[in-house]
Amino acid sequence: MSSETIALNAVGESSRPIGERLHDWVVTVDHKKLGILYILYALFFLVVGGIEAIIMRIQLIVPHNHFVSPQIFNRMMTMHGTTMIFFMVMPILFGFGTYLIPLMIGARDMAFPRLNAFSFWMTAFGGLLLYFSFIGGNGLYGAGTAPDVGWWAYAPLTARAFSPGHSTDFWTLALLVSGIGSVGTGVNFIATILCMRCPGMTLGKMPLLAWLNLVVGGMVIFCISPLTAAQIMLLIDRYLGGHFFDTQAGGSAVLWMHFFWIFGHPEVYILVVPAFAFVSEIVPVFSRKPIFGYPIMVAATIAIGFISFSVWAHHMFTIGMSSYGNSFFVFTTVAIAVPTGIKIFNWLGTMWGGKIQLQVPMLFCIGFLFQFLIAGLTGIMLGTAPFNWQLSGSYFVVAHFHYVIVGGIVFALFGAFYYWYPKMSGRMYNETLGKWHFWLFIIGFHLTFDFMHIPGLLGMPRRIYTYEPGRGWEVWNFIVTIGAFLQAAGVLVFVVNLLWSLRKGDTAGNDPWDAWTLEWSTSSPPPDYDFAATPVVRSRRPLWDLKHPEDPDWKYE
Amino acid sequence: MSSVTFTPSTAEPDWVLPSRGRVGMFSLIGAESAIFTIFVIAYVFYLGKSVSGPTPQDVLELPIFSTICLLSSSLTIHLAVRALRQAKIGAFGLWWFVTMTLGAIFLVSTGREWHHLIYDKGLTVSTNLFGTTYYSLVGLHAFHVTVGLLMIALTMIFTLLGKVKPEHSERAEVFSLYWHFVDVVWVIVFTVVYVIGR
Repeated sequence: MSSETIALNAVGESSRPIGERLHDWVVTVDHKKLGILYILYALFFLVVGGIEAIIMRIQLIVPHNHFVSPQIFNRMMTMHGTTMIFFMVMPILFGFGTYLIPLMIGARDMAFPRLNAFSFWMTAFGGLLLYFSFIGGNGLYGAGTAPDVGWWAYAPLTARAFSPGHSTDFWTLALLVSGIGSVGTGVNFIATILCMRCPGMTLGKMPLLAWLNLVVGGMVIFCISPLTAAQIMLLIDRYLGGHFFDTQAGGSAVLWMHFFWIFGHPEVYILVVPAFAFVSEIVPVFSRKPIFGYPIMVAATIAIGFISFSVWAHHMFTIGMSSYGNSFFVFTTVAIAVPTGIKIFNWLGTMWGGKIQLQVPMLFCIGFLFQFLIAGLTGIMLGTAPFNWQLSGSYFVVAHFHYVIVGGIVFALFGAFYYWYPKMSGRMYNETLGKWHFWLFIIGFHLTFDFMHIPGLLGMPRRIYTYEPGRGWEVWNFIVTIGAFLQAAGVLVFVVNLLWSLRKGDTAGNDPWDAWTLEWSTSSPPPDYDFAATPVVRSRRPLWDLKHPEDPDWKYE
Repeated sequence: MSSVTFTPSTAEPDWVLPSRGRVGMFSLIGAESAIFTIFVIAYVFYLGKSVSGPTPQDVLELPIFSTICLLSSSLTIHLAVRALRQAKIGAFGLWWFVTMTLGAIFLVSTGREWHHLIYDKGLTVSTNLFGTTYYSLVGLHAFHVTVGLLMIALTMIFTLLGKVKPEHSERAEVFSLYWHFVDVVWVIVFTVVYVIGR
């Protein structure tokens, strides 16, 4: 590897005392270290949230089970949802964004490194605050409890009368604090991508990952803030005696639903657009072709960003909106499927006629494509008001959104892990273990979430802690729980692979995939300063230009 | 695996990117305006839905004087930033001080208005829906004015210590964007609460 390096300190990293090295991680403002902190923190919460899911699935494996009490089931349900959305998927995506964006646009750090650190620690302390509720939730009254109001915390469940103690306050404050961190990250993404690009990288030459994260940054600042506002209102209601969501004083429970979902639906796209970004980087490299339809991909992403702010009330078809309201939200929901469909066609177009290499990152991306398509189709089914009236609040909905989040987002995330692990750690992962992870996880996923649709169609409501035998739900619930254990086994293999490869993996070198974006031009792991000299790019695939000076991309773009 | 060397070639002469301070501040303003939008929607949605008095017609008076003070502070902060850009530190300090005074007058009038509402009219945040939404919306704005005033006061101290130099003019300008935003929000709050809502 002949990449230029600057010798900053002669002392080797491993020879310094452990306390000093840990101190470096706590006070760091380096985007790579913060990115890894985000990712490790999120992986911890993946395990925690996964255990909560497993507890729920054990409770539901047979009818009339007594594994946990109804109260604990409600807490597990609330904590699983809140943890996975706010403290697992979002931080892990921010982590990858923080790590990769400066490297991919040829910058040495984010636009605001200290804001970056601030955002991470706000998110981290938000998660601690949420989990402190297990100890402090009931305050001085007695044993602690976690919040049990569901991840969307509909009014009036959150009113003082129905949520005594502090469990709901921990939930509110956790989301308020981590929301401030998220807005900081959103601001930082936008400023970094607009203001820190290396010479020659015009907006039209940015890697798609940077483009998509720019859209994510815009969505974060406009969609997390309504949640922050609603949490402030809830705090005013609970502590100052306000009446925002107090129906006895003329307040409206439906207003909370609107405020929650005007955050909640763009949030889904905040989670899925970075997953699109990973797939848009991985699929071309493993198909050995440039991305198909780059400008259309960008346009489709921007379209998704805008339309996602007009679909929120499709979560609320059953509250009794006017027929005009219903029609509008059906229309927008179906409309957002169009740019999403364009993206799927573009990824297929990239693979079409390519020399496809079925390594682990690509396997996960193919899984993503297949499952995200099905998730989108059930989404259109649920977005149609009459169908929604039939199935809202059933396990069909649970199956649908887990298809999006696990089948889509988590699969793309695992693909990203395997793709960038060599860059972040300097070592290759174990391909055999990676394949074991993929097959265990995809079989477990389909057992769980394919078969979860069926009890929903048979009328099984979501959020119930147990059910009567003899309704035809038993066999499906049994299969679903077995699948959950297979997924857990897959994740275990994944964690083992990460830890084992960190010590024993082959040295990766700068560019193990023969890829084309700037992060592969620097060493693995990258030095503190990222690039010895600021790169200058002339096309969307700067490394292709360097490797093929006889046939560079910039002649054709 | 392939080895690639990045040799920096001569960059194109005019590679100009937007200022990150300005982009960052505009993004923050975007996020803040989303928060205010939600509070304004709540205020408008609950207009006339209180089940008991007092109503806005009963108790609210137009805060003309404080509004004039706050809006004119936008002009003075603009003059201050312009003076700093032209390296006139004295003029900068003067206009900056005027801005601070105008902002403080606004905050004091809001405090007096609230005192009047609480002690004379008996309207608190828990009295009715109007009280809840009014104090939240006006309070959120007043909170932003307070944050702005703290920043202005800090800069004032630095100015008096002679630490403010013309090269800081971009930072002052980025901050002035925030202050202008707070003024624009007041125009909206004033219109919604004191004109339409009354």
